[in-house]
Amino acid sequence: MHYCGDYRTSYVKDVEIFQTPFVRVCMALFLVFLLVLPFLLKGEYQWILLQILIASIGAVGINILTGFTGQISLGQGAFLGVGAYTSAYITAKMGLSFWVGVPAAGIVTALCGMVFGIPSLRLKGLYLAIATLASQFILEWIFVRWEPVTGGSYGITIPRPTLAGFTFASDRSYYFLVLVIAVAMILFASNLMRTKTGRAFMAVRDHYISAEIMGISLYKYRLLSFGISSFYAGVAGALYGHSLKFVTSEQFNIEVSVVYLAMIIIGGLGSVLGSIYGAIFMILLPKVLSALTEVVQADLPSIARLAIAFEHGIFGLIIVLFLIFEPDGLAHRWKMVKAYWKLYPFSY
Amino acid sequence: MTMQYLLQLVISGLVIGSIYSAVALGFTIIYKSTRVVNFAQGELLMVGAYVCFAFVVQMGVPFWAALLLTVLFGMVLALFVERLILRPMIGEPIISIIMVTIGLALVFRSIVSAVWGTEILVYEPKLFPQEMLTIAGLPVSLEFVWCFVLSLFLLAVFSVFFKYSKAGVAMRATAFSQQVAQSMGISVKQIFALSWIISAVVSGIGGVLIGNINGINSSLYHFGLKVFPATILGGLDSILGAALGGLIVGVLENLSDGFCKAYFDLSGVKEVAPYVFLVIILMIKPYGLFGTKEIERV
Repeated sequence: MHYCGDYRTSYVKDVEIFQTPFVRVCMALFLVFLLVLPFLLKGEYQWILLQILIASIGAVGINILTGFTGQISLGQGAFLGVGAYTSAYITAKMGLSFWVGVPAAGIVTALCGMVFGIPSLRLKGLYLAIATLASQFILEWIFVRWEPVTGGSYGITIPRPTLAGFTFASDRSYYFLVLVIAVAMILFASNLMRTKTGRAFMAVRDHYISAEIMGISLYKYRLLSFGISSFYAGVAGALYGHSLKFVTSEQFNIEVSVVYLAMIIIGGLGSVLGSIYGAIFMILLPKVLSALTEVVQADLPSIARLAIAFEHGIFGLIIVLFLIFEPDGLAHRWKMVKAYWKLYPFSY
Repeated sequence: MTMQYLLQLVISGLVIGSIYSAVALGFTIIYKSTRVVNFAQGELLMVGAYVCFAFVVQMGVPFWAALLLTVLFGMVLALFVERLILRPMIGEPIISIIMVTIGLALVFRSIVSAVWGTEILVYEPKLFPQEMLTIAGLPVSLEFVWCFVLSLFLLAVFSVFFKYSKAGVAMRATAFSQQVAQSMGISVKQIFALSWIISAVVSGIGGVLIGNINGINSSLYHFGLKVFPATILGGLDSILGAALGGLIVGVLENLSDGFCKAYFDLSGVKEVAPYVFLVIILMIKPYGLFGTKEIERV
């Protein structure tokens, strides 16, 4: 049942995540679709699906920090790395199970994020962006140099998780595991934004002086935001490491940070759903590009060669174009499209 | 650790620091007048180095003409960037501006590697005489000295420009308040364009200098990342600060690298030391040595 416009009679209804029965049915169907999807797809596509899920967790994490709290972070790549290395160390070197490794990765990364979030007490905007950029380089350096723990430039080989004798060895089985974690974490993030904490985050973002006057402790909520966001990054990084079965420092360089920032900008800042759109977009983009290059390879080899050299450039170009023409991201565009069709042909 | 070695470290730090200063100067000029944080500063340096290389080595143009052409190219490029990309971003939040310059940086980088490849290219013939000079009992290559002197010259020119010329004063007025500047008859758009032009030209010249010393390759843009420690140390909106900050960061990274190698047997500190300083500075004195403190009143 659709209403023309908003029809709500209580505040509780106003902040519901799934507002109408129709939306609830849609979400249930979508979940079923996600469960069936890996059986319909072949090997490589299962892998892409898996990466989209993992990236969604990371993107929701950085969106909590940057989109909801307004603290720009250029260090997401390194935080993913902290998570991946923590879990790798715990599972491969200490011999503990995946079920210890992933939560530990989240907690260690959250602590690490909060340490680098300390400057946010005094800094904001640009200065904070630069501070997190520094944390990216410092952490990257530690990944390479702290050989006893990180394996230096050789990296660490890590196993896939096991549960009661069953090993999640195939991408498909691992996908289901990640799906459960991702759905739980994304639902948690959506719910968090309805609580006092989430509203405090948004108040800090929108006008921090007003927020402080209203009794919101800036320091506490900024640090908390850093912590939660890094926790997501840590879990995503750990899951990514286990999916590759290998962790090295190159997987977590500054470009990864840029990709994650691009995800939330393209998807939509301050929108949980937008982070997921962004993750889908940024994971699919290189795959689509390379598929296109392969198509034209036979007929126009010179253009294909240029396209390969220009891959990062296309990526940069898309960021620039999005910022100029679609600054509110895909989530906003999707809302507009929905609003248009909802009332079609009587749009007011 | 001998005195000799220490001095050597300081001198080579000063030389590399003078390049940092030049790039930091470009960064500060843009930030000062437009409040845009340019993450593509290192890429402007790289483009300058490659374009000059194309003129001198690939086309055989004499160096001084090539330098002039590079400067012209930098101007046109800066105009395009400012008009097409930065102007639509006026009034957008800071994260959008940061991301747009990062996107721009990626585009520049891939254009350069698509056109010139990724191998190291060397300027041939060398611009500066290859002789050695002795300073305080140490052999120092003459091209280093030239490089240092040229960087200092650029810094002096721009300090004077901002202090005394009409355009410089207009730029400072724009930085202070765009609305007030506009109501005083200053064209803010022109000021933006001008600051991008100056910044691109200064970075381009820096690129040509560093290209002469080390050769050029596609990782030249790393110089752009060192700009952040330098400008934060000096204060983001201070010309003098950028100059000093660049030099200090150059010396500090060399010294800490030397110390860690000698006493802790730790190599590669050079890459990370500037960022450690950066974090420390941000914690102690976030507006740097000469930066303007932002005071917020409710």
